[in-house]
Amino acid sequence: MNKLTGSTGNQNTQELIIEGAGCASCVGKIETVLKNINGVDSAEMNFALRTVSIAGNVAPEILIKAIETIGYNASSASDRSDDELLDEKDIADQKYYTNLMRQVWVALVLGVPLMIYSIFGGPMTVETPLERVIWLFIGVLCAGIMYFAGKHFYIGAWKSLVNHTANMDTLIALGTGTAWIYSMVVVFFPMALPEMARHVYFEATAMIIGLINLGLALEVKARGRTSEAIKRLIGLQAKTARVVRDEKEMDIAIEQVLLNDIVRVRPGEKIPVDGIVTQGHSSIDESMLTGEPMPVEKVAGDTIVAGALNKTGSILFKATRVGKDTALAQIINMVKRAQNSKPPIGRLADVISGYFVPIVMIIAIVSALVWLNFGPEPTLAFAVVSATTVLIIACPCALGLATPMSVMVGVGKAAEVGVLIRNGEALQAASKITTMILDKTGTITEGVPKVTDIIVADESYTEKYILTVAASIERGSEHPLAQAIVDSAIEQDVELEHTTDFQAIAGHGVTATCHGQQVLFGNQKLMLKNDVVLNDVVAKAQKLANEAKTPMYLAIDNKLAAIIAVSDPIKQDSVEAIKRLQVNGIRVVMLTGDNKATANAVAKKVGITEVFAEVLPEEKSNKVAELQAQGEIVGMTGDGINDAPALALANVGFAIGTGTDVAIESADITLMRGSLHGLADAIAVSKATLRNIKQNLLGAFIYNAAGVPFAAGILYPFFGLLLSPVIAGAAMAFSSLTVVSNANRLRFFKPQDH
Amino acid sequence: MLIINLMGLGLIALIILWFWLYKAPSTQVSDEQYKSQITVVVEDGIYQPAHISLLKDKPLTITFIRKDASPCAATVLFPDLEISADLPLNKAFSVQLPAMKKGEYAFHCQMKMYNGTVVVK
Repeated sequence: MNKLTGSTGNQNTQELIIEGAGCASCVGKIETVLKNINGVDSAEMNFALRTVSIAGNVAPEILIKAIETIGYNASSASDRSDDELLDEKDIADQKYYTNLMRQVWVALVLGVPLMIYSIFGGPMTVETPLERVIWLFIGVLCAGIMYFAGKHFYIGAWKSLVNHTANMDTLIALGTGTAWIYSMVVVFFPMALPEMARHVYFEATAMIIGLINLGLALEVKARGRTSEAIKRLIGLQAKTARVVRDEKEMDIAIEQVLLNDIVRVRPGEKIPVDGIVTQGHSSIDESMLTGEPMPVEKVAGDTIVAGALNKTGSILFKATRVGKDTALAQIINMVKRAQNSKPPIGRLADVISGYFVPIVMIIAIVSALVWLNFGPEPTLAFAVVSATTVLIIACPCALGLATPMSVMVGVGKAAEVGVLIRNGEALQAASKITTMILDKTGTITEGVPKVTDIIVADESYTEKYILTVAASIERGSEHPLAQAIVDSAIEQDVELEHTTDFQAIAGHGVTATCHGQQVLFGNQKLMLKNDVVLNDVVAKAQKLANEAKTPMYLAIDNKLAAIIAVSDPIKQDSVEAIKRLQVNGIRVVMLTGDNKATANAVAKKVGITEVFAEVLPEEKSNKVAELQAQGEIVGMTGDGINDAPALALANVGFAIGTGTDVAIESADITLMRGSLHGLADAIAVSKATLRNIKQNLLGAFIYNAAGVPFAAGILYPFFGLLLSPVIAGAAMAFSSLTVVSNANRLRFFKPQDH
Repeated sequence: MLIINLMGLGLIALIILWFWLYKAPSTQVSDEQYKSQITVVVEDGIYQPAHISLLKDKPLTITFIRKDASPCAATVLFPDLEISADLPLNKAFSVQLPAMKKGEYAFHCQMKMYNGTVVVK
């Protein structure tokens, strides 16, 4: 967390883990050597934890080296890379799994034969002295199993109890403990109990412990799959980078790459950090990050991002973002955060889980009392069985897991298709959107206008001359349309002329002198203001406007010379993507600052019927509010810069990422590639995830709401049915597994082909 | 039978008293250091300490040491602060909380079986 690559100038604390410190006297030695380093303000070692926390601004490598010189090993506590953390987690999970499975076998080796014996009518009662001895032996064996295979339940239950909390361990420990203690009472003092109640339940204890451990083990396996998406993202990170320092090339760990380092990437290698190409050219495949299938040609001056694949050439680039600041690291961080956040739908389950365990304990007591008071003989045995079964069948885990597991898989899946969801709230809101507002420029269209038509009105000028004059005077303008004209001139190798008297008239256009001629270039208003005769050209201009083009008039010496039309081309797949939204019953509205004619023309082309045109940037959020007042759940899509207030106000703000710029703070959902298909994908993933959460929650509620009364024996008066604690154990173990497996189904979710 | 019933009711009362009505004391973080820091051990179903208190407007670093291998214990969430972390097994892992306003900030594992609070005074 506290990343210090060299001296940062910021005061910071960091934590190192020390290995090899065996005695308390090491503490002084380590602290002294650290304090002697220039820049370290304080160093305090916690001997019990073998950690030392250091305040100051010194790079961790220097601290680690200093500790190594006095004979200890040190590593940074929080700076392990995601990759290492994942590996560690996998190893730990595997070990946990193996351990659990060993416990499962031990428990079932005793439990299964005993259960088969009881199913086939073997007497589970204590009548004769010999039976007492045999059952005592089995009881002791069972205690051994409880210790070996179930120790964690009992320790966990005890520690929580002492701390005034209760959890799943409490229920399992109480359930199995009650069954075992009752059975031991039967073995030791059979005479104290009525004859019919002298029944032992050792098989239940062993089986429950075995089955619940089995459920936990399978759950670990299933959980591993829920984080597949994040693993894939982390896998995109390179491990080493080849940097050029002091004219020497060397391979270093990616964590040690510093800002402004020059990095070499050869063909076939991954880009290690974000940067700007300084030398060479190559085609680079960014598909894993943006979903954009075609490799992009990059030359000096172009930006490249970590995680992309260098395909053809060898390039040198300057590192502009390293470590946790690269786009990929930010994506990973954002996905991780979102995966662990909870949508509002999960809150109720959270509240219930808080009270769940004590409530189940109370139900178990009430159930036992009811059996004792009103039950048939042997009341005591019935009371014990019902209480045990209630404790065992109740499963707070299924309830607790229902939401987080689905969110984990759903958010990961979204990231795989290029949709970054900020948090659980956005995920839930996106599934409910009824109206989608689309900004025009840069969202529906490319956002990069191009010259489409040059209509010469005065035959004495050539098209090239017109372009020369227009581009020459627009060179100084900052208007986006001006850029299109200059670009077009450069494309056609037109040499630009020197101009004087440049003047920009807001809302009209520009005037200047070029070749000694007075030039006016702008909209119709500018021409009318200067009494330029337009005549039949107006009809032509109108025709262009109807085709979603913006016509601009060029007058030379107050005489109309030409119309230049500029248009912002519609993204190739906008039509199809908008149709996908509409097919899903979403009202699509276009919002733009552009004039009505152009806006309507674009809307018509992409199949949108509702248009808000000529909306000033600051009015955009009013339109969002207007639609919300109509009762719509509004999604707003924009480029995230001038749309920020509208994005923030909308129920869900979607930002179209330009490539991999993910730091769009005002957006709830960021689309990594420019295509609007991301919207339908995001909504589809959200809907699928929400559906999955609902299934899980419903399943968990029904399971507990039906299971607990059933276990308490509610069916007994009517059908003579009482659930066996073993069945309850199996049901409980597999209920949480079911939740995880159901969430895993989301992994196979595919947004519609496009 | 009356005694048994009374015992049962007594037990229920005890459960309510013990689990719900009990107010846990919290561990005060010393704020002499530049940044407040506290170590929380994740083991056997509980965070230790589970209740941490500190003064307002102070950032806090919680170093978690997770000793429970079960996957539930692996994630710690601070929902109000939108912070979450995956805790490595048997290793220290620091989570940095920003300076907070007065109030209670819960933290828990994914399934809410591990529970703790940061009380900012």
